[in-house]
Amino acid sequence: MFDPSPVIVGLEIGTSKICAVVGEVNPDSSGLTIIGVGQARSRGVRKAEIVDAALASEDIRNAIVEAEQMADVEVRSVYLGVSGGHLRGFNNRGVHPVVSADREITDEDVQDAIKNAKAINLPAENHVVHVIRQHFRVDGQDGVQNPVGMLGAKVEVDVHVIHGNFNRLQNPIRVVKGLQLEVEDIVFNGLASSLALLSNEQKELGALIIDIGGGTTEYVLCADGIVKHTGLLAVGGDHVSNDLAYGLKVPLSRAEQLKIEHGSALVDENAKGQTVALTKSHGLAERSINLEHLRRIMSLRLAEIFQLIAQEIGTAGLLDYLRAGVFLCGGAARVSQIEKLAEPIFGLPVSIGKTSSISGLKSALDQPEFATAIGLVKFGSFQVKKRAGRGGVTGGLKSKVSQLLRAVKK
Amino acid sequence: MTKQTETVSRKDPLREEFTLKVLGVGGAGCNAVEHIARQRAAQSEFADVQLAAVNTDLQSLFDLSVECVMPLGATRTRGLGAGGDPDLGRAAAEEDTEQLRQLCAGAEVVVIVTGLGGGTGTGVSPVLARVAKETGALVLAIATLPFECEGARRQRQAQAGLEQLKEAADAVLCLPNQRVLKLIDENTSLIETFKITNDLLAQGLRGIRRLLTRAGIINVDFADLCAVVRGQHAESAFACAEARGEHRAREVVEKLLASPLLEGGAVLNEAESVLVSIVAGSDLTMAEVNRVMSPINRACENAHIIMGAAVEVAFGDRLSATIIATRRGQLEPETGATTATEAAASREPRQAGVGSLSAAKESPAFDTEFFEKASPARPASRFVPPPPDLAPDKKEQLLAQQNGKSYRKPRSKMRQGMLPLEIVSKGRFDKSEPTIHHGEDLDVPTYIRRGVPLN
Repeated sequence: MFDPSPVIVGLEIGTSKICAVVGEVNPDSSGLTIIGVGQARSRGVRKAEIVDAALASEDIRNAIVEAEQMADVEVRSVYLGVSGGHLRGFNNRGVHPVVSADREITDEDVQDAIKNAKAINLPAENHVVHVIRQHFRVDGQDGVQNPVGMLGAKVEVDVHVIHGNFNRLQNPIRVVKGLQLEVEDIVFNGLASSLALLSNEQKELGALIIDIGGGTTEYVLCADGIVKHTGLLAVGGDHVSNDLAYGLKVPLSRAEQLKIEHGSALVDENAKGQTVALTKSHGLAERSINLEHLRRIMSLRLAEIFQLIAQEIGTAGLLDYLRAGVFLCGGAARVSQIEKLAEPIFGLPVSIGKTSSISGLKSALDQPEFATAIGLVKFGSFQVKKRAGRGGVTGGLKSKVSQLLRAVKK
Repeated sequence: MTKQTETVSRKDPLREEFTLKVLGVGGAGCNAVEHIARQRAAQSEFADVQLAAVNTDLQSLFDLSVECVMPLGATRTRGLGAGGDPDLGRAAAEEDTEQLRQLCAGAEVVVIVTGLGGGTGTGVSPVLARVAKETGALVLAIATLPFECEGARRQRQAQAGLEQLKEAADAVLCLPNQRVLKLIDENTSLIETFKITNDLLAQGLRGIRRLLTRAGIINVDFADLCAVVRGQHAESAFACAEARGEHRAREVVEKLLASPLLEGGAVLNEAESVLVSIVAGSDLTMAEVNRVMSPINRACENAHIIMGAAVEVAFGDRLSATIIATRRGQLEPETGATTATEAAASREPRQAGVGSLSAAKESPAFDTEFFEKASPARPASRFVPPPPDLAPDKKEQLLAQQNGKSYRKPRSKMRQGMLPLEIVSKGRFDKSEPTIHHGEDLDVPTYIRRGVPLN
């Protein structure tokens, strides 16, 4: 009644599947528990953008209903993950001179600096999804985390801005709203994955999260505890299947199946000369597929994705920041030996990301595909905490009352 | 070798005085020459340039203030013009070859100014270029191409004429009128439009003359120009800009890069070779040269750039820059092998040219060193054999035959339409927005883009 979201739901509208994850903030330890997962095959989405709203809406409903049943709650609002080729990230800096007589930096000075950093000159049709605060600089001194109370003449703040096309961002929101669900906030999918997978220590050390989904690949680089770089390639698992369908001359659905059953990121010696028999179906003639070709096509596509990312990170001069290594998630992280393929390209240890910092259903957390949706829930929990903090006494009271109500319900 | 050292010592006085003849051919050419003549009268700028007008239309020659006019094809066209038929123009020129030869005689450099697309300009210019070359002159042509509204046939004629002209002349600069259209606004009158065209032609001429006569601090000469505009299928474009004041270098570059003659810099992007010539008063600084060149360099990263800088006291505080850019046309350029043989074949006429010059040495007419230097870098001149010696009546008969045949030709050929050749279908991503990364379409399978064979 008072609290609009007794539970936190993350909804990811992916190219291959739609996934809803329900989480609950533990009121005592303020830890996060996953209590339900729902998913549905996605049919109306290409390259992470909706191309058929009716189909997408149906699939979203299925996923939500499944999650509702599992968690035994009613979903009213969601945190929506967004992605798509139109999203861009860049760093910006805001400057604010400290005017007070004693040169002490106040909270207002900091807020003004952040406001300046947010004043970004973007085309009218663009919408800013995130402005993520990085570090402060006080009189040129870098790496200040909280300048309030320090003395200085000038406060600067670096922010990372993620923006995208307004209309294309509105499309998934409209579809979700059409299902009588509120959208609390939209979150860049890559950012959500990084929230789910990285511990604070790893963020401090420097880590690169690569989320290879069905239609797009997002990557986020965290170092020194902040988001340094984000990026997106509109290439993903769909492209692998499409390449296979083209190269092996099989239907797309069969290519998808082959990818899952026989795929590998590396062409190893014993695959040479081996063939895979295709089972007969629908009157198609029986034929066999060269396993080496299958793996070579896959390997080239996946390697290209890593190379493009490595190139991008390299030009940004950030490869040396990655001391914790590279973490993979998304459906493609299931491809066998993908770490071995990526390792020489980045020259860094590569591993599959684990959502270790969240407790709950073990089966859901172990899968790399759910990282984004879980990250969305985690993002939501931060927002809820922030809101509770901002609400002060009344906010605290509200949450107390809602907790009480929930306890009574149980 | 001794000759070389000798010429180096007296390079500059020699360069100042050689005969440059500007021949306007056809209606457009005559108008341009008339324009230059008026400018000469007003500003004493082209004082050392001899002007002449050549046309098949007698009427147009009457009221020109040019010192030398020459009607062509008196018998064939009866002074009524070629009527837009290049073959008729060519026939008229072939008839009066002797007169044309006399017209070109004594000039070291012949500049043919013409408008392609019509009968006289298109037909006569290649013949004139050939004849002028036979007299031992360096031949440069500045040609305009017709407006698109003048129709496809005229365009085709102009293209064909341009090809022939390129074969015959040492260098061809062309100015598509269509680009001039972007320089004018709604209210510009026809007269003004053609004045702009003529001005551009005059500017081109001025730039060339400067190239030939002034020894720059960073020198560019005719050989460099030839190197840039060489290649039978190369399309050339030129643009000039001028500015004065404190920020003149920046202004000049902005004007150049925004010039519609360079399609707002797009031509530079695709250019294969670019010649930039900067002229300013004695206060020209290296920083200014740098300021002009670095944006141009950036605009045409892949091009072969030749630059020149010269100081001319008369310029005062003005700075002027001329760009000549060429890009490959759709057709294949000539191969290296043929140029080599052609070079061998062309040696003879060139030496004849030098000989005739040294014969006229008592008046130090022309910088022979210019020739010597030019010859290695100069493109294999497209040697055009002189027409076979025929009896006049036989010649007439052949030309008539040629004309007759051309009249019988079907006017418009049926053209086979072509569908785009789609080699790789993008399958699932056929209809979606393509993922282009650094010019590569990532929707196409990687193994195809990398050319990895599967067998």
